[in-house]
Amino acid sequence: MRWHRLKAIVRKEVIQIRRDLRSLLLIVAMPLLLMLAFGYGVSFDIKHIPVFVYDREGSQQSQDLLKHFQASEYFNVVESVASYSALVQALDAGWCRVAIVIPSDFSEQLKTGGPVGVQALLDATDNNTANVSIGYSEAVIQTYNRKVQLEWLQRHGQSTRQPAVSVDARTWFNENLESTANIVPGVIAIVMAVIGSFLTSLTIAREWERGTMEQLMSTPVTPLEVMVGKLVPYFVIGLFDTALCAGIGIWWFHVPFRGQWSVFVFSSILFLMVVLSLGYFISVVTKSQLAASQTALIATFLPAFLLSGFIYPIDQMPAVIQLITRFIPARYFMTISRDVFLKGTPIALLRDELLALGLFAAVLTLLATRAFHKKLS
Amino acid sequence: MSPATVAIHASDLIKRFPDVLAVDRLSVEVKAGEIFGLVGPDGAGKTTALRMLAGVLMPDLGSAMIAGFDIVRDAEAAKAVISYMPQRFGLYEDLTVDENIRFYADIFGVSRTERVQRASRLLDAANLTQFGHRLAGKLSGGMKQKLGLVCALVHRPRVILLDEPTNGVDPVSRRDFWQILYSLLGEGVAILMSTAYLDEAERCHRIALLHQGRILFSDTPSELKKHFRGAIVAVVSPSPRRVQAFLANAEGVLNVVLVGDGVHLVVDDAERRIPELRRHMVSAALPFDSIEQVVPTIEDLFVAATSGSHRGMDR
Repeated sequence: MRWHRLKAIVRKEVIQIRRDLRSLLLIVAMPLLLMLAFGYGVSFDIKHIPVFVYDREGSQQSQDLLKHFQASEYFNVVESVASYSALVQALDAGWCRVAIVIPSDFSEQLKTGGPVGVQALLDATDNNTANVSIGYSEAVIQTYNRKVQLEWLQRHGQSTRQPAVSVDARTWFNENLESTANIVPGVIAIVMAVIGSFLTSLTIAREWERGTMEQLMSTPVTPLEVMVGKLVPYFVIGLFDTALCAGIGIWWFHVPFRGQWSVFVFSSILFLMVVLSLGYFISVVTKSQLAASQTALIATFLPAFLLSGFIYPIDQMPAVIQLITRFIPARYFMTISRDVFLKGTPIALLRDELLALGLFAAVLTLLATRAFHKKLS
Repeated sequence: MSPATVAIHASDLIKRFPDVLAVDRLSVEVKAGEIFGLVGPDGAGKTTALRMLAGVLMPDLGSAMIAGFDIVRDAEAAKAVISYMPQRFGLYEDLTVDENIRFYADIFGVSRTERVQRASRLLDAANLTQFGHRLAGKLSGGMKQKLGLVCALVHRPRVILLDEPTNGVDPVSRRDFWQILYSLLGEGVAILMSTAYLDEAERCHRIALLHQGRILFSDTPSELKKHFRGAIVAVVSPSPRRVQAFLANAEGVLNVVLVGDGVHLVVDDAERRIPELRRHMVSAALPFDSIEQVVPTIEDLFVAATSGSHRGMDR
């Protein structure tokens, strides 16, 4: 590797990036956009589910039960209707996700102590929200049940007692159970994967498409000089974007950073090497900017999004998919980023993830250097 | 020709692509201080031959030495002394003229002072000095080609390979181009260029006519003309196609080719055939303005050589 040739390639790439509006926009706008979109837009917290009710009795007791729903932050009782068909219409039209029907003999049944059925109709097109709604409904009903029992016991002059067992939950690492704390460190991994591989996937393909490759191949420049020279500017850009995302996460979204900066920077460097050499490899192989950029997006963005544990927890996936996630580099950085941010995990406990990233970096760098030949075929 | 002065020595280069034998046993020698032209129509194998000599394409068989370096075994060392200008403009359109020059100077390890000196002289010769800060993509076709040459020459190559360098270049730029090339010969470089323009081939010291991957013959332009047996007779006519059809099988006519305003005939003996042919055409009532002998151009040689079984050439 000769310094003057390496420097020439780096200088040329920097000039080209500086004059390419599309790249500049991507470098600055994409991290901001993704951070804001995910930080604000994606929330896995399900709250304020719209509810329609059809109270067939209209007694004090039935209204009391409905107040419990209204009081819960999970439900928002939008409207009380006077017919079953109005409820069905509301569900059909999507005005509510949950429709509750209280029977006409609600208070009567309560008095006799028999179990009373309260009907809940759920819009299960979004099965997750429906599932969560059932759980929340049950919880609301439970609270109401306890209250009713309590009143009954007091009326009959019996001493009250607390439930036998209760859960005493302490949420660690993300005390307020905010999904931004989970998402922001993950978005950093996604931004790095996309910026790193997407931008580099264009570099070699661009030389082929613009006809500059043949000229470049006729010079004494070595394949290693071309690769390193082309990747160095994107490496710096990648680090800049990582810092940008981390900064937004910490100072804008107030995500705690409990780990060591050195661990975060070291693992970011490893992960950048992985995605940069992956993008470069794709570029060398495809030789076309369109094919390269699309391959890069499919090879990094989708897996980083779906298979890294960013949205769907890996341990909940089918065994086969879990196996596949082992070959997704973003998975390891996702774990490291979240652990370092929220848990402050020391480097020793991240050994496996770091080793995996190191292995990916080594293999992909080797592949990328081997794939580029200074010969036309 | 002593071996020391032979800058390019190719012997029996063969390159086959799936559907065509692009270069067929090509052998060529170019001395230092010489401009050698590879002449041939599109698809003759010129680009493939130059790419192999530039070390960017592997020959299937054969060998070539460039300034003493084997282009198969020692391609990278050869590349340090070669300047190759591909047919398609190979410079960065989003870099300025100066930045492109700097890039190639840096790649070849040219020192700053040498770069500045050499670039200013070359830019001056190419009439590009005032465009130093212009983006290469914003230059005209002729200026782009000249910039390509400047970049190719900024590192003092010993061998220059140019693939149809003046293709689509205006006459003024073309003149600049040739002046730069001639001025380099004093430095002892060897220049091998391909061209489809036969008038340009006549500016080369020696040429080789390439057809379907093979060199038909190779010599100086004037020697080639001497080898030409027979003579060229030009017939100027308003209906050249009828003249061509009518004279194709006339006695003593070896070949008939359409040219701009008539036909060129290759005949065995001009003095004897011209009156005969004139009589034929008059009796057939074919309209024509003139019929006379002309000096053969390289185009005539080429046509004579590539048509039929080399009728008209004595080897």
